[in-house]
Amino acid sequence: MDTFLGRYKNLIVLAAILFAQIIALAVQVRRPTQGGDTRLLRLWAISAVTPIEKAVVHSQKWVYDTWNTYAYLRGVRRENRQLRAEIERMRVEDARFAEDARMARRIQALLAFKEQYVDTTVAAQVIGTSGSEQSRILYLDKGSRDGIKPDMAVITPTGIVGKVVQVFPDSSQVLPINDQFSGVGAALKSSRLQGILKGAPNGATTLQYVMSDEKVEPGEEVITSGGDRIFPKGLPVGKVVSVEPGKDLFLNIRVVPAARLDQVEEVLVVTKILEREPDTKDLGPLRASDILAERLPTVPAKPEVDAAGNAKPGAGNATTAGAVPATGAAASAAHPGAAGTPAANKPATGSSTAGAPKPNGAATAVHGAPSGTTATSPGVSKSPKPATASGTPPAKVAKPLNGAGTATAPNTNRTAPAATPSPANGPTNREETTPAPKQAKPAPQQTPSANPQQPSTTPAGEPPPQ
Amino acid sequence: MPFRGSLTSRDQVAVYEFSWPAVIFIPLVAVLVQIFIPVRVRFLPIIDLPLMVTIFFAVARRNPVSGCLTGCAIGLLQDLFAGPSHPLGMYGIALTIIGYMASSLGLKIDVENPGSRFIITYVFFVAHQGIYYGVAHGLLRQVQQWSWSHVAISALANAVIGLFVFKFLDRFKER
Repeated sequence: MDTFLGRYKNLIVLAAILFAQIIALAVQVRRPTQGGDTRLLRLWAISAVTPIEKAVVHSQKWVYDTWNTYAYLRGVRRENRQLRAEIERMRVEDARFAEDARMARRIQALLAFKEQYVDTTVAAQVIGTSGSEQSRILYLDKGSRDGIKPDMAVITPTGIVGKVVQVFPDSSQVLPINDQFSGVGAALKSSRLQGILKGAPNGATTLQYVMSDEKVEPGEEVITSGGDRIFPKGLPVGKVVSVEPGKDLFLNIRVVPAARLDQVEEVLVVTKILEREPDTKDLGPLRASDILAERLPTVPAKPEVDAAGNAKPGAGNATTAGAVPATGAAASAAHPGAAGTPAANKPATGSSTAGAPKPNGAATAVHGAPSGTTATSPGVSKSPKPATASGTPPAKVAKPLNGAGTATAPNTNRTAPAATPSPANGPTNREETTPAPKQAKPAPQQTPSANPQQPSTTPAGEPPPQ
Repeated sequence: MPFRGSLTSRDQVAVYEFSWPAVIFIPLVAVLVQIFIPVRVRFLPIIDLPLMVTIFFAVARRNPVSGCLTGCAIGLLQDLFAGPSHPLGMYGIALTIIGYMASSLGLKIDVENPGSRFIITYVFFVAHQGIYYGVAHGLLRQVQQWSWSHVAISALANAVIGLFVFKFLDRFKER
């Protein structure tokens, strides 16, 4: 026995060490809790190393900054000239973007879209990595004492970096978006197709779960979709570099991250995200062009037909919300108690537009059932007011586009009669909505014989939409 | 006279010892450099300093048991910093086996020669990647990609850097 042990001592030791580690692996895999049972070990190791890393990285940064700020000033004048020119160019762009932003905020307010705003961030320095190709973890010099928590988004001005996975008192670990265990809700910026951005063992990032029959072009920008509840919507993720048919029915879309993940040094940890509706106080009055833009005709839907073969008047009214932006207005206007609210003032809901456009329009009209008038009177459209004129928050009057469009569409028939103007319910909203009888005209014109493909989009007594 | 399995002279199979500070701090510094230098140097994740240190200690001591233990300790230390999705033991197992193999090989061949050091580092880097792949894919069912070209280039880079690292670490040897 002694001879056996002596002869195979090395192998026995090797087997024992390997066996112990395999058992440890099995235990960790069997109980994959947050951080696992190894959290304490990791905490000790990382806490021991973090001060050294911080000292080295910060002293290195200090030397670098000192050199760049005081010693190395070559090319500063030329760079200054370039930056000034850039500022001038950006000012011109800024004016245009500001106008676009105001328009977008107005529409968002009408549709009661809740936007996510990055409210508070904590700047942090990357002080380390996992040091291996198999794991792309980054270490930040900020931890729980600085308000960092797990699942917080980590971003740079150029794009997203990853999310916080583990937090220690003075440091935290970030899982970058190119790690194989990472997943980010992302969307293509122009086509709005949504998918999941996943990393790969070799550090590549691919947008997955986009159907292969969709058209995706290289160069298209990818942004966060907000679906993962970690990254706010609309942050830059990267650009599509190649599109190939993948497995099953999905495309294999290779994305190059917008942030340089292999050279990232300073990041922002998003510690607070505000979810609120856009502020429309400073938007000013609506312009005629905005109003007309919301009335652009779209493909009409079939009018509702009752058993006798007559078009339901309510349905006709319900479908008066023409263009997509008007949908929100229709929803808000038709919502109980919505009369007189800013959304109700949107003229796009003019009831006299007898067209039957998008299902969204029809769907949103169901909210108007109690009031009867659906707040779509032409009288409203005569006096467009600033969105916030009444002081009523748009949140109370408008419904999200999707919810209204999908959930309530089948109920249109049920509420259609109520939408028909009648003397009984006319006075209810008369103060705000004015000549209700006027809207009675177009609805009865919606007979089954009418060509639904060419609805009369010209409201009685109103100029045709441009 | 029959060949007894050793390619080295008696002088070349001399066993080296190291001071305790060197034993503790060299692996520690290697892991530290490995985890925070890639922030500034892009290609450094390709270079595996903990692996080089493991090989160096193993072939210098020429004791399989100490080679196993050194590899295990360095591997587990590396595992600690690899993130929560990386269970403790993956690098530990890989470096344990590498430590054993390197120390066993150190008994057989001349490991002072730069040429043999280059080959040893190259071969053990490929073996290390293979063992890690086997553990991750076979034991943990993790999705791993294996690229021969990437492994070959990385092994080459490690073998070249390893020559300088081994030369530096020779200063800490004690007979």
